[in-house]
Amino acid sequence: MPNVEKKPIDFMGIRKVAAAFSIALVLGSLIILAINGLNLGLDFTGGTSVELEYSEAPALDDIRNVLADSGYENFVVQNFGAETSVLVRLSDAFDDELAAQVTEDLRTTGQELELVRSSFVGSQVGDELKEDSGLGLLLALAVVLVYVAMRFQAKFGLASVVPLAHDVIIILGIFSLFQWTFDLSVLAALLAVIGYSLNDTIVVADRIRENFRKMRVGDSEHIINESIHQTISRTLNTSGTTLVVLIALYLFGGEAINNFAIALIFGVIVGTYSSIYVAASMLLALGVSRDDLVIPPKEGLVGQEGEDEEEQPPEWLNRM
Amino acid sequence: MLNKFPLWKNMIILIAVAIGFIYALPNLYPDDYAVQISGARSSTQVDERTLERAVTALEEAGIEVRSAEVDEPDGLIRLAGGEAQLKARPIVQAALGNDYLVALNMAPSTPDWLRSIGAGPMKLGLDLRGGVHFLLEVDMETALKQRLEALSGQVKQDLRDERIRYRGGEVAGAQNIVLTFRDESERDKAFSLVRDQYNQFLLDERRGDDDEYELVLTLSEAQVREIEDYAVEQNLTTLRNRVNELGVAEPLVQQQGRSRIVVELPGVQDTAQAKRVIGATANLEFRLEARQDAPAGTTEVYPFRDSENRTARLEKEVIASGDSVANAQQGFDENGQPQVNITMNSAGGDRMNRATRDAIQRRMAVLFIEYKSETTERRVDGEMKEVEKRSVERGIISLATIQSALGSSFRITGLDSVAEAAELALLLRAGSLAAPMYFAEERTIGPSLGQKNIDAGMMSVALGFGLVLIYMAVFYRVFGLIANLTLTINLMMLIACMSILSATLTLPGIAGIVLTVGMAVDANVLIFERIKEELKSGMPPQSAINAGYSRAFVSIVDANITTLLVAVILFAMGSGPVKGFAVTLCIGILTSMFTSLLVSRGIVNFAFGGRKIEKLSIGGKLANA
Repeated sequence: MPNVEKKPIDFMGIRKVAAAFSIALVLGSLIILAINGLNLGLDFTGGTSVELEYSEAPALDDIRNVLADSGYENFVVQNFGAETSVLVRLSDAFDDELAAQVTEDLRTTGQELELVRSSFVGSQVGDELKEDSGLGLLLALAVVLVYVAMRFQAKFGLASVVPLAHDVIIILGIFSLFQWTFDLSVLAALLAVIGYSLNDTIVVADRIRENFRKMRVGDSEHIINESIHQTISRTLNTSGTTLVVLIALYLFGGEAINNFAIALIFGVIVGTYSSIYVAASMLLALGVSRDDLVIPPKEGLVGQEGEDEEEQPPEWLNRM
Repeated sequence: MLNKFPLWKNMIILIAVAIGFIYALPNLYPDDYAVQISGARSSTQVDERTLERAVTALEEAGIEVRSAEVDEPDGLIRLAGGEAQLKARPIVQAALGNDYLVALNMAPSTPDWLRSIGAGPMKLGLDLRGGVHFLLEVDMETALKQRLEALSGQVKQDLRDERIRYRGGEVAGAQNIVLTFRDESERDKAFSLVRDQYNQFLLDERRGDDDEYELVLTLSEAQVREIEDYAVEQNLTTLRNRVNELGVAEPLVQQQGRSRIVVELPGVQDTAQAKRVIGATANLEFRLEARQDAPAGTTEVYPFRDSENRTARLEKEVIASGDSVANAQQGFDENGQPQVNITMNSAGGDRMNRATRDAIQRRMAVLFIEYKSETTERRVDGEMKEVEKRSVERGIISLATIQSALGSSFRITGLDSVAEAAELALLLRAGSLAAPMYFAEERTIGPSLGQKNIDAGMMSVALGFGLVLIYMAVFYRVFGLIANLTLTINLMMLIACMSILSATLTLPGIAGIVLTVGMAVDANVLIFERIKEELKSGMPPQSAINAGYSRAFVSIVDANITTLLVAVILFAMGSGPVKGFAVTLCIGILTSMFTSLLVSRGIVNFAFGGRKIEKLSIGGKLANA
């Protein structure tokens, strides 16, 4: 894999193209979200879902007919993972007895089936979850912003939060485009993506900070480019191993965590890209300069510029 | 640059890894399929003889019994497999009768020496072992209203006793009682009475529409909160009692948020029955003991709940029932003897007063009534069919002499012990829920799905882990192997931490582990890339190792702390699956920081430290520089 050793690749050279690409992706995602919306899972909408395992593959149309004859409305019948397993979702019905009843009704066809899993979620619980999740996402972003601004500098704070929002929006856009079910596990994946992408961004930011302090020549663009170059091998290796693991999870983790794995796979790809082309470009755009990161003079001396608010990392941090 | 750790640092690493190893060990011993036998009442003991009966019945049915042991206060019979377990339960239940509860259980097979130091395997979540999950919502509005009505009755009673004339006194709105008076002096008297005796109210004087003098009693915020807490706590207690009746091994009954209760019943498949029991209401009746000369038609004989041989003859007429009990608490009388303080609501208090005024020195019984439904298998037309039988069980839980006319609050004394008093108070409260509840969420997971989830999860962990090991070994050579050792220790410590905290492993939790494995590599990669860089810039190997670790340190700490922050938020806001994921992620970040910063350095020091080294095997052409 990458072992870049020649002249630094000019990562920042194509940053305008990348910025246009990112903006297009984010706007596209927002438009798709506005039109399609998310295919929210049971956790958020409330309702009932029943997963059944048949001994022989049933005809889905037969099941639909039986259900329609039994007086159910607004239901979805689909295969879940295998031909013999069937997922019935009843979105509008808020009744906790429903799952057992559906199973009974379907038994009347004479086919052998077994209830594998059933869920009933009250609408209120679903609504609250929607609110809490949105709040959780925002809170996570806010905390990251504050922490990074404290540890690094305000511009870095902004430059690490914007890529996170970028990643989240694009993944939501992908889920909206393909109408994949967005449930609690996907939400968890989304938050994991935030953590992952952040991890990436911080590593790059850390190197940028270090280089600004170390390298006395070159403009900001040069220094940032050099920093990305120095970390690219690590970035790709980490993303590579993580992707390998995620693909294993996707292939063998079972139907129940498929969407979780998909969200993370896209998340890792987008997150790796954004830590370079969104975070670093943002830093450049915000006009980060050596002055932002000079270690402030010791107390008692007069600071040269008021902007120098970056604190020196605590002594223990620089020690092994 | 010697790259040597001082002895104490090496010792800490070794001890931590050793502890991790020991506490992760129990997870290697698979759980045995077992049936758990417990007494239906606390007075019924499970002993060797009981077990012998069960074992004999099983052997007659041709089911192999691995072992049977008494595990105070329960009995445990280990069986060969899941199928045997399912077959064994009805057989054991039939052999032992209704005095015992027989539940499916997974018995850990952790060796004794491990168990003696508190080590045990991770608990499996519902999605991995099958079962039902209920989320119940407590109706707070009704809880408040009921409490307010009880208080209103007391206030009115006191006003009457003080001969203060009032009108109204109904519960108005969510938290108000409005009393109306003819003139100001009456209202002032009422005001001081309520102020002195009921500190739970905020008082407000106002002129009504018809120029009347009104007094508004409003529950204070603190009081509302207290009532809500009480309602949830009381319902929790009731639910725990009922869940115990179900005979489920390791049930979970827990408050979630301010007004919700989670009930998880592993292994239960018949949700209908579970819901009947959970949703059912036990009840109480207060009745007078019948006089000697009372005609037989007006009396009934009931046994005592704790000893069936003792009976008492009670009047048929019911003074009050369980729903008029507003509260019951265990306390002490002036002589320090245990007693139970009972508070009735106003209607119940009135009836109690009328009934007991003329019955001083007679005895009053508290009758506990349980509505049960059992399903038994019976042979109908040559086929085994499940027949549901509803039954009502009544037993006396207290028979006490009435010392004086009782009102809305009275006490039962003459109890033998604090434990008995506490039990009686609990039963009185369990008689009815403090507030109605309804099902807000229900999930059923079949046992086959559970097994499938476990297999799939383990498979993906193993595969992902294996691929990462190969990846690292190929790219970083000897250092890759060290990283692999570190990763293995990391995984072991993650499992050990989860076992020690008895965190529950769920499917998203497994996903969290898989992700942690992927991300734990990151720290190693950061360090190794840094070492390579330093080598490239011409640093000698020993210095490069040192520089690599110390320079990467800041990045690793910063990156991990930010991710940890996100994981903590996930944990705080998440419910169910999200929480399971967040727990593993949090623990994983901590263990991976420990292993990559300390353990990996320790191994590198051990391998390369303290001697002269010409080159490092770290992959890439530059390694030989």
